[in-house]
Amino acid sequence: MITGLLHGFGRYLKLMGSMFSRPERFSMYWKETLRQMNDIGVGSVVIIGLIALFIGAVTAVQFAYQLQGGFIPAYYIGYIVRDSTIIELAPTISCLVLAGKVGSNIAAEIGGMRQKEQIDALEIMGVNTAAYLILPKIIAALFVVPLLVIIGAGVSIVGGFLASISTGMVSAPDYILGLHSFFEPYFVFMMMVKSVVFAFILTSVSCYKGFYVEGGSIELGRASTQAVVYSNILILLADYIIALILT
Amino acid sequence: MIRAENIYKSFGEQEVLKGISAVFEEGKTNLLIGRSGAGKTVMLKILVGLLDPTKGSVWYGDIDFCSLNKKERKAIRQDIGMLFQGSALFDSMTVEENVRFPLDMFTKLTKAEKAKKVDKCLERVDLTGNNDKYPGEVSGGMQKRVGIARSIVLDPKYLFCDEPNSGLDPKTSMVIDELIHNITVDNNITTIINTHDMNSVMEIGDHINLLHLGELAWVGTKDDVLESEDEILQDFIFASPFLQRLRKGALQNVG
Repeated sequence: MITGLLHGFGRYLKLMGSMFSRPERFSMYWKETLRQMNDIGVGSVVIIGLIALFIGAVTAVQFAYQLQGGFIPAYYIGYIVRDSTIIELAPTISCLVLAGKVGSNIAAEIGGMRQKEQIDALEIMGVNTAAYLILPKIIAALFVVPLLVIIGAGVSIVGGFLASISTGMVSAPDYILGLHSFFEPYFVFMMMVKSVVFAFILTSVSCYKGFYVEGGSIELGRASTQAVVYSNILILLADYIIALILT
Repeated sequence: MIRAENIYKSFGEQEVLKGISAVFEEGKTNLLIGRSGAGKTVMLKILVGLLDPTKGSVWYGDIDFCSLNKKERKAIRQDIGMLFQGSALFDSMTVEENVRFPLDMFTKLTKAEKAKKVDKCLERVDLTGNNDKYPGEVSGGMQKRVGIARSIVLDPKYLFCDEPNSGLDPKTSMVIDELIHNITVDNNITTIINTHDMNSVMEIGDHINLLHLGELAWVGTKDDVLESEDEILQDFIFASPFLQRLRKGALQNVG
């Protein structure tokens, strides 16, 4: 098992290394990067927004319930929703969701290209397949995922606000006061670091699983599932390591 | 001209190719034939550099292709066109974009020059007017022709075709065969076709290499096939009793 893991990790590093070469035609890579930005970014706004809205709402309701009747002032709800969203929920939950949506899609797309010999066709033409197929996806994700995370954080805070005032647990002025209280810009920096690292993990792992797929549709499905599972595990591991380093 | 010298290829314990030496001539359709599992696809993949041989070498003219590194191979690769069994067209691109892809990637031609070249190639494969269709919107035979157009758009010196007739009806197969043969002769390129289609063998087999259990079992032309007494060849080409009777009749007529 350890040999297998080391073999896989070595192959992953080799693939990532072979990605960095001079593009055959810069404009073609740029075009592909824009296409990926659209697929990863625009295609994921709704799902990220929807999940963030409910996570913000649930966080607000749960904390309001916990703090009821205590000595902690109500405006703390806004403060708790804001910080838990920025530090943990927005980057981690968004990227776990994106690993499921985007990661499986990437693994299936590249794996399908492998099975239909499209990667061989590119190889024979003289195209650096690792660079052309993977690099645009990673670059696109590194730009777009942090934007999605920012959107997710914003929507989550709005979700908390809507839940708070609609249930009457916290008043609007209290919630907004909480949002303004004890703000640490460093937490936003942490959120951005996390989103960039997670974006790299979810795209590179999915590309790797798709690139080396062998066999038929069952293997393609398995590779797609593994892409999601491995990405999720590595995102959570990276989350812990970043937390240790940055806090 | 392409020359394969003493090619061996093993996957683990299994030896797939056992010392194959063959010459693939310029301006001719060179066929690699044999039963399923004979090693044709592995041989073709070694010739184009998708696989490295365990032992032996492949020569493109006077260049030993196997000894080149990835960067050096790139230069030769732009002289290679390949038609894949499943066409290997990019699903997200139209017919025109598929054919234009090598031009976009490797040339500095203007938009108008590229469009002219693409139209010329599509005309060559009789697909004029299908520029905006997606691969999923055209038939299997048309996909093969798009694949051919894409493989010749950079004016290659070498054309490889992996089972070009697979999944096609006999009539369409003949059209594809004829097209490949005409391109080979007109452009004086070295074409290597991996096939087990008997019609292809008899129609366009300028130079035929029969692989059997990883070895080169027979070499000849389409004219030699009928008269050859080689058992492995006859067993492969005239596999059914119907074809055996047909051969007998043909030989009697010749006699």
